[in-house]
Amino acid sequence: MDALKKKQLLIAATKIRMAVIEGTYHAKSGHPGGSLSIADVLAFLYFDKMRIDPSNPAWPERDRLVLSKGHTAPALYGALALRGYFPQDDIPTLRKVDSHLQGHPDMKGTPGVDMTTGSLGQGVSAATGMALAAKIDGGQRRVYAILGDGELEEGQVWEAAMFAAHKKLDNLCIVIDYNDLQIDGTLDEVNSPYPIPEKFKAFGFNVIEIDAHDMEQIEAAFNAAEACKGKPTAIIQKSIKGKGVSFMENQVNWHGSAPNKEQYEQAMNELKAQLKLYEEAV
Amino acid sequence: MAGTVKKATREAYGEGLVELAAKYPNLIVLDSDLAAATKTVTFKKAYPDRFFDCGIAEQNMMSIAAGLATSGKQVFASSFAMFAAGRAFEQIRNSIGYPHIPVKIGATHAGISVGEDGATHQCCEDIALMRSIPGMTIICPADVVETIKAMHAVMELNGPAYLRLGRLAVPVLFDNAYEFKIGKGVQLLEGDDVSIIATGILVSAALEAAEILKDDGIKARVINISTIKPLDKEIVLKAAAETGAIVTAEEHNIIGGLGSAVCEAVCETQPVPVVRVGINDEFGKSGPALELLEIYGLTGKNIASKAKEALAIKAKA
Repeated sequence: MDALKKKQLLIAATKIRMAVIEGTYHAKSGHPGGSLSIADVLAFLYFDKMRIDPSNPAWPERDRLVLSKGHTAPALYGALALRGYFPQDDIPTLRKVDSHLQGHPDMKGTPGVDMTTGSLGQGVSAATGMALAAKIDGGQRRVYAILGDGELEEGQVWEAAMFAAHKKLDNLCIVIDYNDLQIDGTLDEVNSPYPIPEKFKAFGFNVIEIDAHDMEQIEAAFNAAEACKGKPTAIIQKSIKGKGVSFMENQVNWHGSAPNKEQYEQAMNELKAQLKLYEEAV
Repeated sequence: MAGTVKKATREAYGEGLVELAAKYPNLIVLDSDLAAATKTVTFKKAYPDRFFDCGIAEQNMMSIAAGLATSGKQVFASSFAMFAAGRAFEQIRNSIGYPHIPVKIGATHAGISVGEDGATHQCCEDIALMRSIPGMTIICPADVVETIKAMHAVMELNGPAYLRLGRLAVPVLFDNAYEFKIGKGVQLLEGDDVSIIATGILVSAALEAAEILKDDGIKARVINISTIKPLDKEIVLKAAAETGAIVTAEEHNIIGGLGSAVCEAVCETQPVPVVRVGINDEFGKSGPALELLEIYGLTGKNIASKAKEALAIKAKA
């Protein structure tokens, strides 16, 4: 990855994080922790990898992204606004009456949202259906889905995994956001889905493990996924819940609570400092 | 009108899919390891490339159907009513209903007439479940002719639809001249004393009931409500106003189905006694379908007797 591209992607990821804080602060609710952990992968997909056209969100030949962990919509909205699907000014309307930015993604209301999600386990199946449609049509379309690690406790995820591998949907690439925290505690404290890589391998997936906050590893993983033929890919990205905001990192209580004014200001200051570093880098 | 030829609506479902495939090149059919029973096997044989078996995973199937439909496919997703409306309810609600994706659900083996398989497979709650989803169209055809016509109609519908079909061979009531329109009830018999409003396999029983009542000098109006949602309020309220008493008949729990829908409609603007014939809020049991229909009162004879009850209430008012 060349330095300029890396710099641009890191700037985009940081701006997505700022949108997460901005949105959840004004909404006084939402899910900042898991939104912050997927900012890098969203930046890479929306600003580099995916074949999309923000001026034509319904372009039939576009690649698709399904945010199966729909509660982290603030990050998706941040990426879509930054990419030009709708104005940045919409971000503070998150979760408010009459905003198109619903608490969980609504494909009917928000330009660029490819699937309505929020009920865990369903998005990955819908993405599998989209990948099947692309195979039937014989085009180049690829489909991405981002799942939470806690979401793996939903049986439907494994129904989808079985189907995707059986139908050899190599145009499907799912990302497991492995931040090891869910509402009631660590994964292991709640109901362990471990070992995650072995499970996906057993289901017939090409499995790639990366650091979720290393842009070069992210790029290499998605390129490897695209090169893999005959099976779907699962990228398991080890992430830090709350990544980028010091007091939110690895804290389970930031799964579903919003920053107050003081916390908002501190978080934004930290992110602005990161942004400045990236912008000044050569 | 009623013929002696009998055929199950699920048979028509399989044949109808083949008919639709020629007209709609984007038609995809999904099943969940029940193709032989739902009769999608007929389609599978004719169009193997457009048929996908999801295996015994109905929840995944419904969300896959949604994903396919967002990518330009016209999808029929098939299973037994129990596993479509029941097991996959939340997938239908959130992946299909809320985004109003035009997936068509072909739910066979609805009701008590599943027979010997017993209560676990006799779904008498599906209409109630599907009615509670905003924007869901629910059609319960009375015979094979209406099934095929309903299938053609839902293909042109820009929203989700639930087609309720049966396992049991039932009388063919209509010929090709029969006009089907989504949301329109059809008056099959004229009468001003009492109205029998029926759906699905109980439409033929309603016609039998009218014959029995005729012998007692009672003129019953018979209305076929195949589209349970959106309900044809006009024909229901007209029946209420003109006959002053209603009996509903359905192969479904009396809670939440056609009977409830009719009660809701008449209570608001044209209150008249409504007596509901259906499964009386209980689970079924194993047995031959025809015997079960007798045991649970889903017969012309019982509908006729309930019509007299409705008339007695009307007389007291």
